[in-house]
Amino acid sequence: MSPETMHAKLIYQANQIAKFMESKPHAEGVALLASHINDFWEPRMRLKLFAVLDEGGAGLRPLVLEAANKIKRPVSA
Amino acid sequence: MKDFIIPDRDYGTPAAKSKQMVTLTIDGFDVTVPEGTSIMRAAAEIGISVPKLCATDSVDAFGSCRLCLVEIEGRNGTPASCTTPVAAGLKVTTQNTKLKQLRRGVMELYISDHPLDCLTCSANGDCELQDMAGAVGLRDVRYEAVQTHFRAKNTSGQVNPQYIPRDDSNPYFSYDPQKCIVCSRCVRACEEVQGTFALTIEGRGFDSRVSFGAKTDTALTSDCVSCGACVAACPTATLQEKSIIEIGTPERSVITTCAYCGVGCSFKAEMRGDELVRMVPYKHGKANRGHSCVKGRFAYGYASHQDRILNPMIRENISDPWREVSWAEAMEFTAVRMKGIIDTHGRHSVGVITSSRCTNEEAYLVQKLTRAVFMNNNTDTCARVCHSPTGYGLGQTLGTSAGTQDFDSVEKTDVVILIGANPTDGHPVFASRLKKRLRAGAKLIVIDPRRTDIVQSPHIKASHHLALTPGTNVAVVTALANVIVTEGLFDEAFIRERCDWDEFQDYAEFAARPENSPEATALLTGVSAEELRAAARLYAKGGNGAIYYGLGVTEHSQGSTTVIGIANLAMMTGNIGRAGVGVNPLRGQNNVQGSCDMGSFPHELPGYRHVKGEGVREIFQKVWGVQIDDEPGLRIPNMLDAAMEGTFKGLYCQGEDILQSDPDTKHVAAGLAAMDCVIVHDLFLNETANYAHVFLPGSTFLEKDGTFTNAERRINRVRKVMAPRNGYADWEITQMLANAILKESAIGANWGYTHPSQIMDEIAMTTPSFAGVSYERLEELGSVQWPCNEKAPEGTPMMHVDGFVRGKGKFINTEYVATDERTGPRFPLLLTTGRILSQYNVGAQTRRTANVAWHTEDLLEIHPHDAEVRGIKDGNYVRLASRSGETSLRANVTDRVNPGVVYTTFHHPDTQANVITTDYSDWATNCPEYKVTAVQVGLSNGPSEWQQDYAAQAAQSRRIAAAE
Ligand code: SF4
Ligand code: SF4
Ligand code: SF4
Ligand code: FES
Repeated sequence: MSPETMHAKLIYQANQIAKFMESKPHAEGVALLASHINDFWEPRMRLKLFAVLDEGGAGLRPLVLEAANKIKRPVSA
Repeated sequence: MKDFIIPDRDYGTPAAKSKQMVTLTIDGFDVTVPEGTSIMRAAAEIGISVPKLCATDSVDAFGSCRLCLVEIEGRNGTPASCTTPVAAGLKVTTQNTKLKQLRRGVMELYISDHPLDCLTCSANGDCELQDMAGAVGLRDVRYEAVQTHFRAKNTSGQVNPQYIPRDDSNPYFSYDPQKCIVCSRCVRACEEVQGTFALTIEGRGFDSRVSFGAKTDTALTSDCVSCGACVAACPTATLQEKSIIEIGTPERSVITTCAYCGVGCSFKAEMRGDELVRMVPYKHGKANRGHSCVKGRFAYGYASHQDRILNPMIRENISDPWREVSWAEAMEFTAVRMKGIIDTHGRHSVGVITSSRCTNEEAYLVQKLTRAVFMNNNTDTCARVCHSPTGYGLGQTLGTSAGTQDFDSVEKTDVVILIGANPTDGHPVFASRLKKRLRAGAKLIVIDPRRTDIVQSPHIKASHHLALTPGTNVAVVTALANVIVTEGLFDEAFIRERCDWDEFQDYAEFAARPENSPEATALLTGVSAEELRAAARLYAKGGNGAIYYGLGVTEHSQGSTTVIGIANLAMMTGNIGRAGVGVNPLRGQNNVQGSCDMGSFPHELPGYRHVKGEGVREIFQKVWGVQIDDEPGLRIPNMLDAAMEGTFKGLYCQGEDILQSDPDTKHVAAGLAAMDCVIVHDLFLNETANYAHVFLPGSTFLEKDGTFTNAERRINRVRKVMAPRNGYADWEITQMLANAILKESAIGANWGYTHPSQIMDEIAMTTPSFAGVSYERLEELGSVQWPCNEKAPEGTPMMHVDGFVRGKGKFINTEYVATDERTGPRFPLLLTTGRILSQYNVGAQTRRTANVAWHTEDLLEIHPHDAEVRGIKDGNYVRLASRSGETSLRANVTDRVNPGVVYTTFHHPDTQANVITTDYSDWATNCPEYKVTAVQVGLSNGPSEWQQDYAAQAAQSRRIAAAE
């Protein structure tokens, strides 16, 4: 699988979580989105998410961008 | 090996449930029994067995044989003790000259029309007619019957019209009418216990015969589902297991647990030497109460199938043929490879997959292998692909992923909602218990795209069938909530007491929005608003409401959301925390519950505790003597993605066939092919093994000790009834592997379990909800439902009784998000998948039994309208294509599915239904979206290109080099 499709997949999955969290009160949604990713995404996946975020986060829903600073940046893979 | 012969006394009639006690005298002894008990049962309670033929305690008394006559002081005549209820002060005599004579007369009549070939009869030693002839002292038969049912020709050589030849059509039992005494026990068992109504008594008097429905029907072609209830009930050799005919009667029995589905039926494995003679459902099994289905009762032949691999095998490359090696060589080869991978690519480059088919102890060891030996959290289980959304959804709302009830609870239910579950096929014994309750008057609401059998079956009709468009579960569940909120049907007192009222207000505001009304969602879901409103009212106000759901709920991109919605419904109507209500996930495989409990998920240690929790890690660090990783590990799809990227290289896969069971087969195949060491530990060379470097032969549930945990959280014992044919139980193999790798890592082999009970002790020591569980305790109680600890030493049949596990129940909004898997001009139909009764999961076991008599291939169900516009006729070969791939199979044109929807099962590898399914998955858990795929269907000539390529690759890969 090419890196582009891998990234596309992660963006898709992050957005899927965002869509659920968007129906919650805003602050709670942001916090829960971040903790969901922290709790369930293995560091390699979070690294890739940060690769996208560091590039400006194109394709990610606003809630993911907002939650970004609450998502744990893995030390190394 | 321990011998567990527990006397299984037949009390003649079912136990009465009354709390009123009545005292009477039988043969001079006082006995006190519940009101409504029969005299026969009362006598049995004090050890007096009144002779009987037509009564047995699994079915209601019928009173036809007149063998059980008794005398009652002050009453005329000789009433039948099986149909006469007790009354206070009765004085009953069960044996005197008159009764003896009457009974002998009855027996004489029976025997005169019965062949006297007892010595060679298959029921010799296991025949109640024989026993009763002995019991009543029958010494001679004074007259010879002119007309019989058992002589093929009469005395003058003419064909006897009453003679019916033996029906051997069912692969597992035979029906030999010449031995039938027309006691109707079989007919009643089929009706009352199984609920299929396949058998009837045809004709009257001398002409009456047992029949499988219409005249032309054989046992196999009739409605019979081969559950075996009638066979167990039959007092003679008329309905009998073929294995008894072939082998003879058993000499001992061992209580164990079925290894097929999440009902977790208890069985007596009846043995002669180390040959399994038959499996008989165990009367005292708390999940099944003496009933079973065709899989557990009969489909155990795979254990001795010739395809079973009994020696370990290895190979350098997956293109090489397999080489059989000793266990020691296999372990060394594997350890060197795995260690090499870890050294080169780091400790996160390997992982494990635990099995929902293996025992708790085995799953525990496999996750321990990755956590304590590989030092990462890369463990996952095939429960990922079925019930992971249950874990998330119920965990968030109620505080635990556990199903709330025991199966007995269904006896107190008034309204059942069945969502995305097909219990008559998937959970047959539960279905029988449910149907019994429905026949007694409970109401049923079915939410399923397909008209499943239970929607309309003998003496059962669902009040509402909401045949929704696949993928719209959330919209339907939220619309139900909309009706309950806007029509004021919720249980305010319950919500105020048990949940957070303000949170409910928020949720109610959300649910009440006009876009969630049944009228607004109807267009989307295809469910009529009127019907949906009526269903909501029935559930909210119809008495005890229980929701049972299955994979049709979880295997969606919004699987977790639907589970949350279901919990919301139960909480807002107060349907939780007592008998007859609740939220009940019907788990697929036998130990889905257990494998999840045992820490198989990459973010949780045993007992559902997140790896980030320091206190939890500390517990295991102490016991295991290692540092535990605090980051979640990879889930199955993530493992495959990482493999494609080159960062995941080695996998130990126990008892799972991810290539066949996981979605998007091509992606799985590519991921596996990218790894350097794939270890498959299974009974057969399964599909995943085509990509494996090491094959470790597994043992069956008959060959090992352990425990399974069923869908009601019940921990049942699995007992070894024969030695493992492959040499080792699966837990021993995992231990050998761990020790080999530890040795290779210069740490030294330090795993030293000598019996699975020690593994359970470790689980109890580390996991609070199992604190009170031990093999001794299981021996005492038979089985126990967790949590079992100091607070609940006998276990916990019902959850959330005095409050939710999480404190207050939490309402969470359930916004409908349409799946991106949509129909369009190229793929205009929606495919949904399911299972059928006689086959199990990917079919690796059941395909290797005579169960293929019922299901030789996967078929595509398609509505007549959709078939017609495509020129498809019933039985045609069709091509089924999605954006992922295509396959071909034969069509079954039926209106069970709505127009626009097609349906198939996934039991046969040739079909490869998962070539079609896509990689969309549940937002919270990555549980794949099996239940919705946009497809096109067209006529075809035969297997697709992928099927041909695949078959060639599989054949190539399965070669085993001849031993030198
Ligand atoms: S096997 Fe089961 S379904 Fe078939 S006739 Fe007997 S009781 Fe009925
Ligand atoms: S088949 Fe067996 S159970 Fe059925 S009526 Fe005949 S003897 Fe009785
Ligand atoms: S497959 Fe399920 S229902 Fe059938 S016998 Fe086994 S546990 Fe019971
Ligand atoms: S056992 Fe009572 S009538 Fe047959």
